[in-house]
Amino acid sequence: MPIEVINLSHSYKIGTPFEHKVLHNISLSIKDSQFVGIIGPTRSGKTTLAQHFNALHIPKQGKILIDNEDTADKKTDLVKLRHRVGYVFQNPDYQLFAPTVGEDIAFGPSHQKLPRTEIDKLVQESMHQVGLDFDTFRNRDIFALSGGQKRRAAIAGVLACRPKVLVLDDITAGLDPRGREEILNVIKDLHQNQKITILFISNSMDEVALLAERIIVIDQGMIKMDDLTRNVFARTEELRSIGLELPEATVALENLRSAGFHLPNGILSVDEAIEAIAAALREKGAHN
Amino acid sequence: MNKLIETINLSYCYKAGTKEEVKALEDVNIAVWQGEIIAITGQNGSGKSTLARHFNGLLTPTTGSVLAGGMSTNLKENIREIRKIVGMVFQNPDNQLVSSIVEEDIAFGPENLGLPQTEIIERVEWALNTLKIEEHRREPLHNLSEGQKQQVAIAGVLAMKPDCIVLDEPTAHLDPRGRRDVLERIVRLNREEGITIVLLTHFMNEVIYCDRMIVMDQGSVKMQGTPHQIFCQSEHQKEQLHKMGLDYPIASQLAAGLKLEGFDISTDIIHTKELINSLCQLK
Repeated sequence: MPIEVINLSHSYKIGTPFEHKVLHNISLSIKDSQFVGIIGPTRSGKTTLAQHFNALHIPKQGKILIDNEDTADKKTDLVKLRHRVGYVFQNPDYQLFAPTVGEDIAFGPSHQKLPRTEIDKLVQESMHQVGLDFDTFRNRDIFALSGGQKRRAAIAGVLACRPKVLVLDDITAGLDPRGREEILNVIKDLHQNQKITILFISNSMDEVALLAERIIVIDQGMIKMDDLTRNVFARTEELRSIGLELPEATVALENLRSAGFHLPNGILSVDEAIEAIAAALREKGAHN
Repeated sequence: MNKLIETINLSYCYKAGTKEEVKALEDVNIAVWQGEIIAITGQNGSGKSTLARHFNGLLTPTTGSVLAGGMSTNLKENIREIRKIVGMVFQNPDNQLVSSIVEEDIAFGPENLGLPQTEIIERVEWALNTLKIEEHRREPLHNLSEGQKQQVAIAGVLAMKPDCIVLDEPTAHLDPRGRRDVLERIVRLNREEGITIVLLTHFMNEVIYCDRMIVMDQGSVKMQGTPHQIFCQSEHQKEQLHKMGLDYPIASQLAAGLKLEGFDISTDIIHTKELINSLCQLK
């Protein structure tokens, strides 16, 4: 289910003295099963852009085609579209509203006029996909969940509609390292095994470097870069000038390089960094 | 050095005495020393926020006691004084900011202390300068980035001239520049103004700038010490940290990996600078 954005602009509070433009002439296309990272400083417009993908915003200037359907076209069934493009908010409290986990996840499919047994099956499958045990959590009070469990429940609620595309808006913010890892593994699995297209908005350069094959950099409502992950993180100066960073391992290697070590560019992960340092040390003749 | 904050056999239950009673803290005995910067870390739900909320009497113990500046939070009449000593900054600055203009917001606290106008102006000035946000003084808050808003929230607490500022994951929702700028200012408040800092965080690259750290799990203190002590690569410690779902700082991860590759590298590494030193010593 490809996504096509053509010359999209967006302003808030149109026609008031507070009118301001947050997106300027955005054009991009996303192919099936891609994993795309979207990064940018706060207020760069990345969330506004992402909310166009499932028609939470409808373009007034420019166009969005989801599977060749124009979201601004009155004939487009937006409810169905939102089932195919799921949106997970940063704060799961905006998303979860039923008293228990099971009821919350059943909400989407129960509006598709499916038989009860089918709904139960979808709930069970979605919970399994995000690693929430069905029997343990089905009747669990939403308020009794931890931050990481809440986010998984929110994702399960979206998965129950069987989306082809998932838009994830900074869903690991505020999670502890294990909570992050668990959520990232869920996302990785959905991408690899279910072939779901992932649009991953994040403030963590490490997460984006780890997962995304392609990165779109947004600043001041415009696309500043749209390239393979490695190519984007090679543009250090530009990233820093708009307030972004490099992954932690990349920064560490940068520091080692300024201390006189000969190390290659383009390293993004801890494992690659260790390998590169080890190679440089051996070349220098250090014993191991 | 003085104990600025001390918890004595502190236990806390949410909904104490009801059927839904949840034990959040169990027999916590810790101290925050005057002038230090201390990190409290642990998984979501480990009890670190509950603990921090005891430091200025937002929560009071179910059993045990908490002393701030020598005064017990169990006595209602102490709370006003205690809040002058211990200020609190929350994760989301929007929960904390009350006015629409930066300097008005910073003045809000001192105004409520009933200080004379000249003193209020002086304190606002000092807070703006200390956080290096003078240029934004007349700006409406909604024009600021999240990181800048968090700096204003810190300035507002600073203007109360507390001895200690407790920050509950102040960088969790910030972009990379916001995180760096806020962390830098927090460290500077400690190093240059001598303000005691309690920093709750999940980021190990913030923990390494602290003098000491406390690791919480399931409502109790599991480890205490300097970051070097906690991140030393002993098998026992590694296993414990892993069980509690915590990371190592990036320099420690690289050092451990190189050690595994057979290089003779110090395991006492948490900063990149230390890694560089150790690598330079390899023959």
